[in-house]
Amino acid sequence: MLSRTAADLYWMSRYMERAENLARMLDVSYSLSLMPQDGRDGLDELAMPLLITGTMEDYRARHGELDAKRMLHFFALDESNVASLYNCMAAARSNAHAVRGRITSDMWENLNAFWLEMRDIAAQGLDRYGISRFCEWVKQCSHLFRGATVGTLMRSDAYRFIRLGTFVERADNTLRLLDARYELLGEDSDDPNDASARAYYQWSALLRALSAFEAFAEIYRGSPRAGKVAELLLLNPEVPRSLRACLTELQQILASLTGDNGRPAQRLAAELEAGLRYTSIDEVLETGMHAWIAEHIERVNQLGHAIQQSYLEVA
Amino acid sequence: MKMYDEMYDEHGDCRPHYRAFAEWLAQTPKELLAQRQREADLLFHRAGITFTLYGDKQGTERLIPFDTIPRSIPAREWRTIEAGCIQRVQALNLFLADIYHEQRILKAGVIPPEQVLANEGYQLAMSGLDLHRGIYAHIAGVDLVRDGDGTFYVLEDNLRTPSGVSYMLEDRKMMMRLFPELFASQRIAPIGHYPNLLLEALKSSSPLDNPSVVVLTPGRFNSAYFEHAFLAREMGVELVEGADLFVRDERVFMRTTAGAKPVDVIYRRLDDAFLDPLAFNPDSMLGVPGLLAAYRSGNVVLANAIGTGVADDKSIYPYVTDMIRFYLDEEPILQNVPTWQCRKPQDLSHVLAHLPELVVKETQGSGGYGMLVGPAASQAEIESFRERLKARPEAYIAQPTLSLSTCPTFVESGIAPRHIDLRPFVLSGRETRLVPGGLTRVALREGSLVVNSSQGGGTKDTWIVED
Repeated sequence: MLSRTAADLYWMSRYMERAENLARMLDVSYSLSLMPQDGRDGLDELAMPLLITGTMEDYRARHGELDAKRMLHFFALDESNVASLYNCMAAARSNAHAVRGRITSDMWENLNAFWLEMRDIAAQGLDRYGISRFCEWVKQCSHLFRGATVGTLMRSDAYRFIRLGTFVERADNTLRLLDARYELLGEDSDDPNDASARAYYQWSALLRALSAFEAFAEIYRGSPRAGKVAELLLLNPEVPRSLRACLTELQQILASLTGDNGRPAQRLAAELEAGLRYTSIDEVLETGMHAWIAEHIERVNQLGHAIQQSYLEVA
Repeated sequence: MKMYDEMYDEHGDCRPHYRAFAEWLAQTPKELLAQRQREADLLFHRAGITFTLYGDKQGTERLIPFDTIPRSIPAREWRTIEAGCIQRVQALNLFLADIYHEQRILKAGVIPPEQVLANEGYQLAMSGLDLHRGIYAHIAGVDLVRDGDGTFYVLEDNLRTPSGVSYMLEDRKMMMRLFPELFASQRIAPIGHYPNLLLEALKSSSPLDNPSVVVLTPGRFNSAYFEHAFLAREMGVELVEGADLFVRDERVFMRTTAGAKPVDVIYRRLDDAFLDPLAFNPDSMLGVPGLLAAYRSGNVVLANAIGTGVADDKSIYPYVTDMIRFYLDEEPILQNVPTWQCRKPQDLSHVLAHLPELVVKETQGSGGYGMLVGPAASQAEIESFRERLKARPEAYIAQPTLSLSTCPTFVESGIAPRHIDLRPFVLSGRETRLVPGGLTRVALREGSLVVNSSQGGGTKDTWIVED
């Protein structure tokens, strides 16, 4: 397959996955911001998605004060914010447009229809559309697109590069979401078995945002706490949004790609996956959650680079 | 002016090949038709079957308006058109081979040599180069119009990178989806195998047994990008941009995830000037450095060949009927529109004296840009065109304003006649052939004769109906 085509497919699915994750991020923050808390009208919560995506400075530069409505718009629909959900979908659609001959018409038509609807939503504004409804809608778009991909696309390299994009992006997002929530809980989080009401709602919201609430309940049968939530989201092989699950997929896909210029990426993925397989949550906590996550964000990032260099830019 | 309507004869009676459709139309409630029309627009929009206008900074994607009333041609009439197109394209290919080799037609005095050799489209790089099967225009679009008496005339030949075939195919798919019952009640010749024929023509243009074929596009911001992607997908070949290709040791390769892979045939939808920055326009970011050298070594086929533009130039157009007589020793089956060549003083004075009645075109223009439609132009437009004409007479030709035939079309006020043309696509490989039909373009504005999509034209499905 053409390297440029592979790059477009890879980025199409990364952006689509990112859009979904941004919606999940927004969803958890928005629902937590509605809860009675520190008397700041949930502004800290609403600022969280901006902090996670590293767009807070940009927001400050343009809008100054934290303002609920402005932050929501900036994060979700602002055309001038390159990292907004709106632009994420625009990028996914533009990548898909470049390779529309290589994806099925079901995939293309789905994505194009989302894009057309996104523009309608942007035109009417988030207030009128409803924030929760918007988050649901984005998730549904992503589900539908993935469904069309899995259900209609031939299992060739095109499919593999699409899946690579999905899991690289997802691994990164799960790490960042967990990290941010851990940071926000502040000193509470020093005790991994902290069970205060605030922590309960925080961790539940995170689990729900990652569609892992049911899994947690089934496995642990108790209230969510930092240590267990981290174990589930980092190390559990069966939770589809966990770091471990993403790495297992990545490692298998990379091993199945044709050609032999992918050695560096294959090796990185295999090392990472094996590391997770034999790591226990106690070791993670010993290292310190934040330090451990920061290191893994960096390693997933390196894997992304290796994929880029091995397949998407080759001469 | 006498006008030919495709559906009704001069007494207002429905022509036989339209009868089944007319009956269906009479029985079908208007609301249903309007609803289907909206459905078609929605489907086209969803599928992203769009084009972009040049000069539109936002690169807005537009729909080409699709009209649900088909343009229908009886099969026996089609057979004449088909034979005429094949004859014409064969002669044009022979002409191209000739002017880049012996130049017999120039020596015989049929065409003034300076008309060919000084033409912008004439590429010295092609002289003496032997092409497999001697084919230059593998894909040609022949634009036909029907005059008041019902005769078809060739308006122009498109031998560079003619576009529109994807609309021909999508329009048919849409009609079959919206109105399947119409296809059950009469025999309409199928056209869906066009991509197959195209791939065969491209493969047979290479001496190799199973050459690797690609479609080369300028990229997704090109107005016809949809078509490039469409054809690549339908043929199952790679859609590449210039940056995906590179030349090593005069061979062309594409960059793939598994390393470099050789390329043997390039169906290029890129103008000559952009193909190779080393040989042509050095600023071109779209082309492939070294491509011309690889081409001249015979290591890669370009379809269409470089330098075909000299044969579809409007200043060469008047000679095509002579080419047919010269190379094939046959009488032309399809007629040319009578043409005044403004470079000739006596023609120019005639044109200047009759501007309000004539259509004046740039010899190098295409897409309906840079032309004057006398009867539709204001006095001021005519006067400004007169100045341009006097300044560079050799850049223009003029033709009588044909009364393009009309076909009933959905417009805001209901169903009304609108002017149409026809572009069949002729493929040359092992043999010269075409699928039964072509792209029918319709000028949606009342009275307008300009059917180009860039000027607000729409399209219709084109039916060849068996008697």
